[in-house]
Amino acid sequence: MAEFAYEPEPASVGLAPGESIREFAGKSPWRLAGRRLARNRVAMAALALFVLIVAVSFAAPLYAKHIAHTDPFANNLNGTTVVDGKTVEVLQQGGGPLKLGETPIGPTWHANYFLGADNQGRDVMARVLYGGRASLLIGIGSAVLACLAALFLALLAGYFRGPVDVFLSRLMDLIWAFPIFLLAISLATVLLTAPDGLQWGPVHVDPSSLWIPTLIIALVYVPYVYRPVRGQVLSVREKEYVEAAVAQGASSLRLMFSEILPNVLTTVIVMLPLMIATTILTEAALSFLSIGVQPPQASWGTIIDDGQDLLYSRPWVAIAPGIMIVLTVLSLNVLGDGVRDALDPRAKLRLKG
Amino acid sequence: MALFIVRRLIGLVVVLFAITVLTFLIFFATPGVDPTRSLAGRNPTPETVAAVRHQFGLDRSKPEQYLLMMKRLFISRDLVSYGNQALKVVPAITAATPVTFSLVIGAAVIWILLSILTGVLAVVLKGSIWDPLLMIVALIGISMPVFWLGEVANLITQDRLHDTFLFSWVPPLGYTPLTENPWQWFLHLIIPWLTLAALYVGFYARVLRANLLDVANEDFVRTARAKGLSERRILTRHMLRTSMITFVSLFGLDFAVLVGGGALLTEVVFGLPGVGLLTYRSLQSLDLPVIMATVIYGAFFITIANAVVDILYARLDPRIRPT
Repeated sequence: MAEFAYEPEPASVGLAPGESIREFAGKSPWRLAGRRLARNRVAMAALALFVLIVAVSFAAPLYAKHIAHTDPFANNLNGTTVVDGKTVEVLQQGGGPLKLGETPIGPTWHANYFLGADNQGRDVMARVLYGGRASLLIGIGSAVLACLAALFLALLAGYFRGPVDVFLSRLMDLIWAFPIFLLAISLATVLLTAPDGLQWGPVHVDPSSLWIPTLIIALVYVPYVYRPVRGQVLSVREKEYVEAAVAQGASSLRLMFSEILPNVLTTVIVMLPLMIATTILTEAALSFLSIGVQPPQASWGTIIDDGQDLLYSRPWVAIAPGIMIVLTVLSLNVLGDGVRDALDPRAKLRLKG
Repeated sequence: MALFIVRRLIGLVVVLFAITVLTFLIFFATPGVDPTRSLAGRNPTPETVAAVRHQFGLDRSKPEQYLLMMKRLFISRDLVSYGNQALKVVPAITAATPVTFSLVIGAAVIWILLSILTGVLAVVLKGSIWDPLLMIVALIGISMPVFWLGEVANLITQDRLHDTFLFSWVPPLGYTPLTENPWQWFLHLIIPWLTLAALYVGFYARVLRANLLDVANEDFVRTARAKGLSERRILTRHMLRTSMITFVSLFGLDFAVLVGGGALLTEVVFGLPGVGLLTYRSLQSLDLPVIMATVIYGAFFITIANAVVDILYARLDPRIRPT
């Protein structure tokens, strides 16, 4: 590290310890960051794990149809399955410790009912995969939406300053003042009181639509991205190259989107994986409280909620989706650390997990 | 300083007012949502709906409705639940508050002690296998949904290993007030405390470790070494003290958020009758006045706590005082 101490640094991407300037001369900051990330084995392993989880979750229909041969959204109260050559009922009479009522079948560790069934006799493994699809769609969707909205608003506020900035920043402060969780709960409860879905002008939103949790979660996290990005826009706006563009007669749009935007994008990209990790946890919590994803859709959170009643008799119903959440969020947190180190080795930017 | 406090307090009042307005708008003026839907029961007749609307003042103009709601929430404190009209919202929240405080304070003590221990250990053991190992455990702690961890804890301590010597002391889920039986209070809360603390131990340990490593390159640490102080003394008296600044400001925020409603999931999983469980019960029946009241309570608590922290900070550190 010391031997490079007196070498100049590239302007936007600092050198990480142990890197030589010659290696990187003439390459774009994005390529440098990409190479640095690719060399980070831990981050790459995390990325591989995340991609694997995404792939497996999106293959849920294939699994249900070709491997498990079940429909994980249809009740199967009187169904049977074959274990070790014997036909057994999916919902067994008096299977629990009290020998009362019905207990769904436990893990068979075979293709059909691999992790057992839930209270409705539905295949838990297939539901966990389908649930992953919903959780990932909502998590990624809301994080991306929150980042895009925050980026746009921060550009407006930081570029125009004055009343626009005051208005937007006060609005963000107000959302920020709310506990995220309570704000999400309020919005979700209120939207759920419309049992026939919502009608806003020509747009109809079904109550079980994944858009409702996606938009709610996106909204509550906008200020968390807005604040740091606005600060950056304000400082980038004072840079000489922006002044040069102004002198050339560049329009406001051009200044915002081709001069300022590329220079604040790194902040957003560093935040994105950590945001997805956070939004996935938020979605799981809302769904666990039954105000997130609504039936017939399922997500990891709703499956854990379903598994609560079966916790002591069939713990896998609640444990399996939780393990998936932990693996997903863990991989995103590790990847996020890697992206941060790659894009900005000296940054101290951190997002609360 | 006096001017700063006055300005901060005026700002606080404005934010509190804005919070009540926004909450009211979310609950009673969201386009496409009729608040009477949830309070008139299933398949209500038009007469019932009209009667209920009149009873709760929902047939008046929005500003009137807002004033009426705030009057019932803050002045006469007789806002009742839609579903169960015997349940007065404000006393219910007041009664639930000690439970939430018991949960959060205990968890906070655990997470502070454990995270300082973990963070310092990681720095001391830097270069050995223990540092990355501790940090991986911390990261796993951050990545777990708290309600899931709580369920796993219940599964182990209430069922699978409950009959062994390890967890036979764990009482059934629920709560005993401190004033009634301190020992039972402690036993009921120990597993919830550890569960809630798990997430924060991971996060705080990581922050503390990063902070300590940053501080390690500062001039005053070099000076301390040059003076010949022992490594232990440098770590505890010089590095740890400086790192505590970030630590304490983070703690203020997290503590307020937890008391203001963030502990909801933990309360639900362990059946602790705090403000969070009250909110959860009302969520099940979509009981809007109760949810609105708990949300306003939570937001108020957090906002006021932030203002207090700001003022204390400005008192401690003159650089923070804005002009």
